[in-house]
Amino acid sequence: MSALPTRALGHLDRLEAESIHIMREAVAETERPVMLYSIGKDSAAMLHVAMKAFYPSKPPFPLLHVNTRWKFREMIEFRDKLVKDLGLELLEYINPEGVEKNINPFDHGSKLHTQIMKTEALKQALEKWKFDAAFGGARRDEEKSRAKERVLSFRTAQHRWDPKNQRPEFWRLYNTRKSQSESLRIFPMSNWTEADVWDYIARENIPVVPLYFAKERPVVARDGTLIMVDDDRMKLRPGEKIENKMVRFRTLGCYPLTGGFESSAATLEDIIAEMRASRSSERQGRLIDHDGSSSMEQKKQEGYF
Amino acid sequence: MSGAVASLAPTRAPLRHSGVDKPLLRFITCGSVDDGKSTLIGRLLYDADLAPDDMLATLESDSRKHGTQGEDLDFALLVDGLAAEREQGITIDVAYRYFATDKRKFIVADTPGHEQYTRNMAVGASTAEVAILLVDARKGILPQTRRHSVITSMFGVRHVVVAVNKMDLVDYSEDVFRKIEQDFRDFAKHLRFSSIYVAPLVAKDGENLVHAGTKMPWHKGPPLLAYLEGVAVEDTTRIAPFRYPVQWVNRPNLDFRGFSGFISGGNIRPGDIVRILPAGRDTRVARIVTYDGDLESGVSGQSVTLTLNEEIDISRGDMLCSPVSPAKVGDRLTAQILWLVREPLVVGKSYLLKIGTKITPAAISSVESRIEIETGLDAPLEPGATLQFNEIGEASLSLETMIACDPFIENRETGGFILIDRITNETAAVGMVKTVASSLSRPAPSLTDLSYASMEGVASAANANASGTWRLGKSLVFGGIAGLTTFGIAAAFAQDAGLATRIALAETGAIVILHYLFEKLWRTPQETKESHNEPPPFEGEGL
Repeated sequence: MSALPTRALGHLDRLEAESIHIMREAVAETERPVMLYSIGKDSAAMLHVAMKAFYPSKPPFPLLHVNTRWKFREMIEFRDKLVKDLGLELLEYINPEGVEKNINPFDHGSKLHTQIMKTEALKQALEKWKFDAAFGGARRDEEKSRAKERVLSFRTAQHRWDPKNQRPEFWRLYNTRKSQSESLRIFPMSNWTEADVWDYIARENIPVVPLYFAKERPVVARDGTLIMVDDDRMKLRPGEKIENKMVRFRTLGCYPLTGGFESSAATLEDIIAEMRASRSSERQGRLIDHDGSSSMEQKKQEGYF
Repeated sequence: MSGAVASLAPTRAPLRHSGVDKPLLRFITCGSVDDGKSTLIGRLLYDADLAPDDMLATLESDSRKHGTQGEDLDFALLVDGLAAEREQGITIDVAYRYFATDKRKFIVADTPGHEQYTRNMAVGASTAEVAILLVDARKGILPQTRRHSVITSMFGVRHVVVAVNKMDLVDYSEDVFRKIEQDFRDFAKHLRFSSIYVAPLVAKDGENLVHAGTKMPWHKGPPLLAYLEGVAVEDTTRIAPFRYPVQWVNRPNLDFRGFSGFISGGNIRPGDIVRILPAGRDTRVARIVTYDGDLESGVSGQSVTLTLNEEIDISRGDMLCSPVSPAKVGDRLTAQILWLVREPLVVGKSYLLKIGTKITPAAISSVESRIEIETGLDAPLEPGATLQFNEIGEASLSLETMIACDPFIENRETGGFILIDRITNETAAVGMVKTVASSLSRPAPSLTDLSYASMEGVASAANANASGTWRLGKSLVFGGIAGLTTFGIAAAFAQDAGLATRIALAETGAIVILHYLFEKLWRTPQETKESHNEPPPFEGEGL
C-alpha cells in the first residue's frame, strides 16, 4: 500500500469515534440493550452518534423515556416529532404507583419525586422490558462522583452502584460479562464536556429542544432561580408572581425543578459564546443536586442513572 | 492568589474554555498516598482559572467540613468526588478531569496512591501519553513510586514528569532535589521512558505549577502547565500497519454487508488488499462507509464500516489487516501480566481472554517470573509460587482458538488483553503480548490471485518486511515461469520431451534456490539495518 497523506482528526472526531466504538461493543456483547433518551442536549448528541454508529442500519435498540409527567411540554413535542422523523421505536414509562399517589414535586419535594418518578421508574421499566443494558448520556465532567464512574457501570439486581468496586477498564477493552440478575449502564459520552456537546451539536446541525434558546417565557423567581410556569399545575407560593422574561435553560428536566436564567442567547452561536463566558457549572440550575455534596453519589447508589 | 476560604471575589474574569479542535493530551497523575496528587490537580485548575464558581463554593463548604488544610482551601476536595474519599481524605478511584488552555485540551486521570487501588492507577495509565509522578521531597523515591513507574512504563507511557512536591518542607533545598532526581534517573534506566522531566514544586501554593516560582531560582525548567502544553507525543498507531478488529457485522438488508470497526492502526483506501485473520484469506476493500458519506481513506482512530469485494464469511473477532505486515496468528502467547484480583493466579484454570474484539477461553500454562518493583527487572519465581493481587509477572498462555494480535510494543490497541474470571465475571488480569506462537504447524494459507497482487505490492515497497513464506513463494513463481520457458525451448531443439523436462526441472530448481537465496541474503541485511531505528526489543532489560 502506498503512503497516504495522514488526515488529522480533531478532538470531536476522536470523541465521536470513541463513543461509536463503545456503542458497538455494547450492542455486540449484550442481549437487550436500550438507550435512555431524556430529550436534553446530551441525549440529542448521543442519539446522533448512535445514528452514525450503526449506519446504514438503524440503531438496533429502542429508546426509553422515563417520564415523570412534569417534563416541559416543549420537550414532549420535540421528542415525538424527532422519533417520528428518524423512524425509531420509543418506549415511554411512567411509574403507575406515582400516578396513583399523584406524586409531584410541589407536595412531595424534589427528593421523593425524583426517587419515585425517576429512580424507581427506571428500575421498573428496565425490568418490565427485560433490558440488560442501558445507554445513558451522562458525562464525567458533570459532577464529581460522575468523574469516577467507568464507561461501563454494573448494577446489582437491586440496581445499586458500588463505587468502591468498579471494574477496571484498559485501553478499549470492556468486560461486559455479568450475572443473570445484574444489569449494565453504559456511558458512551463519558469523555465529552459540556463545551464538546455544544460544539458537536453546532458542527453536526443536530436539532435540540427550543428551551435551550432564550425567549420570553412566564417565570416566577423561586429559591434563587427562575422557574417556568409551564402549565396550570404550577402552584404559586405567597408573594410570588408570574413575570414574562427572556430566559433560557442550560439543562432540562422536570419544569418545577429546573431553574432557568435570564439570557438573550437565541442562537447556537450565542449559547456557545455565553457558555464560554460563564463562571458556573451546568448543573447549578438543577435543584436536585444540591441536597449535599454527595447527593448524586447517593442517588446513584440507590439506582438513579 | 491566597488560598484563604473567603477569597472568592465575584469579579473574576470569564473561565477559560475550550475552543474547537485543539490537540489533545491525556495524562495521569500518580504517586504515594499524601504526596498531593489531588491537591496538584485542584490547584492547577484553580490557578489556571478553570474551576467554575459554584464548584469553588462547594469547595469552600467542604474545606470547612473535611479539609486537611486548616483555614485554607483544601484543593484536593475539588477532585476527590466520592463520599468515602472525602471522609478518608484519600483518592480511591480514578477521577477524570477535563480542561483546556489556549494551546491544548487535556484529559487528566487522577489516580489513587494506595497500594490496594493500584489497579485503578493502571486503568489511568493505559490511555495516558504522559505521566506525572508525584514525589514527596521529604521522603524521596518510595517503593510505591517505583511501582507506579514500572506500571506506567509497562502500559506504554513514554513521557514522565517527576514532580518533587512539598519543597517548602525541605527549605527549597537544591541538594535534596538533585539527590531525588539522580535516584530516579538511576532507577528509570531499566524502564522504557523516552523523556524524563524532573521539576520541584509546592502544589498547595501553586509554586511552579502555572507560574514559575520565585523560591527556587536554581531550577531552570518550565512550570508544569507550560511543560504539558508543549510536550510532543507521537501517535504510534498512525504509522503502524493497518489493523481493523471487526466489531459488528452490519446487515441492514440483503444488499448490504459491511463490517463495522475501529481502525486500530495504519490507514486504508478502497481497492486496498486486506488479509482476514486468523483465516488468512486476502480480499479487497470496496468502500469505506460512514453516515457522512463514503471516505477516500480511513485512518487509525476512526470508527467506520468497510465493505469488501467478495462475499466472505467474516464475524466479530476477526481482524482485517495489512497483507504486507500482517498481525501474528497463534494460540500460544507469552505476556506480561498484572494480577488484579484478590484470588491469586491459578495455573491451568480456564479464563476468558479478550483481545481487540475477540474473546476466547485461555489458561495460563506457566508463570515464568515476577517483576521486582524495586528495580523493574525480572526475578525468577520460587517453585510453586504464583502471582498475587497487584503483582506483575511474565506468563505463558494457552488459548482455545487461534487469534490475531501484535506484540504490545508494536501496537497498544492490538497487543493488550484482559483475562476474565468465568465465575465471578471480574477482570482478573491485564496483559501485554510479548510473543505469539502456534501449537499446530499449520500449512501456509493457499495462495490466490490477490496474494500475488499483494506480493507485488511488497516488491514495489522495497523496504517491506518480507516473510520467509512469500520469499519462497515468489522464488517458486520465478522458477516456475523460467522452467516452463526452458521446457519449450529445449523441446523445440531436442525434439525430446523427456530430456526437455529434465533440463527444465534442473533450471527451475536452480532458479528457485538462487532467487530464494538472493532474497534472503541480499535483502535481509537491508531490513535489519532499518530495524535498528526501532525501539529495543521487549526482551531486553526489564520493561
